Formats: sequence, structure tokens, C-alpha cells
Amino acid sequence: MVQFALPKNSKIRVGKTWPKPEGKNVRKFCIYRWDPDTGENPRVDSYFVDMDSCGPMVLDALIKIKTEIDPTLTFRRSCREGICGSCSMNIDGINTLACIYGLDEIKGDVKIYPLPHMKVVKDLIPDMTLFYAQHAAIKPWLETKTATPATEWRQSIEDRKKLDGLYECVMCGSCSAACPSYWWNSDLYYGPATLLHAYRWIVDSRDEATGERLDALEDPFKLYRCHHILNCTQTCPKGLNPALAIAQIKKLMVERMS
Amino acid sequence: MRYLTDRKRAEGKGPAHHGTETHKHMTLTATGLAFLMPVFLYIFGHALGQDHAGVVATFSRPIPAIVTGLVFFIAMRHFPHGAGSVLTDYAKGRARRYLTIFVVSLSYLITATVLFALVRIAN
Repeated sequence: MVQFALPKNSKIRVGKTWPKPEGKNVRKFCIYRWDPDTGENPRVDSYFVDMDSCGPMVLDALIKIKTEIDPTLTFRRSCREGICGSCSMNIDGINTLACIYGLDEIKGDVKIYPLPHMKVVKDLIPDMTLFYAQHAAIKPWLETKTATPATEWRQSIEDRKKLDGLYECVMCGSCSAACPSYWWNSDLYYGPATLLHAYRWIVDSRDEATGERLDALEDPFKLYRCHHILNCTQTCPKGLNPALAIAQIKKLMVERMS
Repeated sequence: MRYLTDRKRAEGKGPAHHGTETHKHMTLTATGLAFLMPVFLYIFGHALGQDHAGVVATFSRPIPAIVTGLVFFIAMRHFPHGAGSVLTDYAKGRARRYLTIFVVSLSYLITATVLFALVRIAN
């Protein structure tokens, strides 16, 4: 059966409370910490940040904490404008990107955890290797059998429009980490992000491997563990709709049967 | 410990090449039930609170009997797939196998019981 309770060595303890700075506009940040090298249980450290000298986004606060308070705090970040997908984490109970999530959207203390149900490498960094391998398994590239044209693969404006809402995915993993089916069966179920990408290539008018792509997804686990609870759509920081993409794949599966 | 690469884990044994049949079946039975269930609830609600003779009289009429039979027949074809989906999500290995057998058996038992009761009431 699935494991509902945390093992003893994963139970989160109360961590260190860092000194509170002077100032009227100070906010408390409760941040998950875990260092595999210490062998200790995970803990939640409390930091206080003077918001008058901090940027507006959660990532700004994290960078400020790392720079000025605790340099051991570990997290991924790169573009700081929602394009690279590196800084995905669970903020105030929502899987999102720290760089585009405003601190003004959060009431009270700011609680920051790594993406749920993914193995933690350290602090706020989840292990995304399986997630990326699943993405690679759907062959996220143009598959063609026709000889490559001299100039370019042409596509009508209407067909190009079908890719809108799909190509924008930055593979941050927020949706997959919000999906209970992915929590319980991440080793078998591809998850919403990978399936959204799979649909992106299935629906691409230039791709000539539609049948093979659908064949590869014809599986009770890889595709059909999605029950359309829409957690993925609700949490996507880019405002995409992975659940719709999965529904479209299922529709295509049924259409080719009839 | 098994030293499998993540790609190997992601690919697994490859696609099972089934699943769409079940999805299609679930969709069809759910659509059928969406129409039949309100009618059945009306009939059931009408019979609720009546004495034994009144209930027997209600379900011995052709339309209530046919609707009831259809509802249970279709619902009990829908149920094992739905419950099986839950079991596939949360149970693994032998527990899943035994629970699936139990759920399928239960659905056949309920279908048979309801159809037998309707035939008996009709006679």
C-alpha cells in the first residue's frame, strides 16, 4: 500500500530562529532545511527580513536571506523572471515559481518548502532526475520521416496556434508535484508536465510520429492515472492547462479506436 | 539496491497497449448513468416510505423495473472499473490483486441479486 505517514527520519522538527532585525516592516519566513551530510531530521528555520530593504518577490527575500543572514540556505534560481523554471518550490501551500510569486500575495508568515513528494537533494532543492527522464522518454523533439526540406518545415497559422498554451511550459515541475497520482505512482505515471509536452508534439502539424507517440502513451499508468482533479492547472505558475492537454490525448486515443 | 538509470525507470517495461478501452467504457457507462440515475432516484423516492405492498406494486410495473434493472446493470459495470482505478492508485502487488477480485465479484453479486429480486417481484 502507499505510505501515508512520514518515516521517522523525515519528520520535520522546529529549527533555529534567527535574530530579528530592527524595523517596522519585518516579515517572518519559515523555511524547510535539510542537509543530507548531517544525518539530522529536516527542520524549519525562522528568518526575519526587513521588507523595506527587500525586493517584492519571494525569490528576492530568499536571495536576501542567503546573502545577509544564512549563506548555507540552498535553493535553485537562475533567470528570476519565470522563464527557466529553476526556482519552483512550495510557497504558502502552493507549488509555484519563487521569482514570480509576490510577497504581497501571502498573508502572515511566509512558509517555504521544497516541491512535495519529490526526493530532496538539500533544503529547497528537489531531485528532478526522474522527472527529466520522463520528459526525455516522450521524445520531445520533431520526429519526421519525410526528407528534411531545403528551407524549413512549413506550418499554417491555424496549426501554429494549436501550440499556444503548450510550448510555454518551462518544466518547473510544479504541476507534477501537485498531482496525487504522481505522488503515489511517480515511477509509472508520467505526470502532467510530461504529458503536456507529449501533447505539444502530438498536436504539432509538422510531426510525423503521431501514431507512435499515442502508442507509447497507451498504458493504464503512463497516461490513465490522471483523474482530472485539476491540481496541475490550478497550480501552474505560467497559467497553463495540463489537465486539458491530457484530456485531449485521451480524446485522440478514443478517436483512433472508433 | 538496484542501479537503474532514471531513463530506464521512466521507460519501465514500455507501454502496455491498453487502457483506452477502459477509459471509453467508463465514459459510456457514466453517460448512461447520468440519464438513468435521476429517473431511478425519482422512482426510488416515490417508493420510499410506502408499505411492502406499495413498494412491490411500484417495482412490478414495467418502466420502474426496467429502469432499476438498467441502473444496477450499468452501475455495476461502471463500479469495478472505478474502484479498480482507486485500487491501482493506492494498492500494490498482492493486495491490489485480491481487492480487485473482491470488487469485481461484489459487482456481479449485486447485479445478480437485483435482477433476481426484480424478476421475483414481477412474478
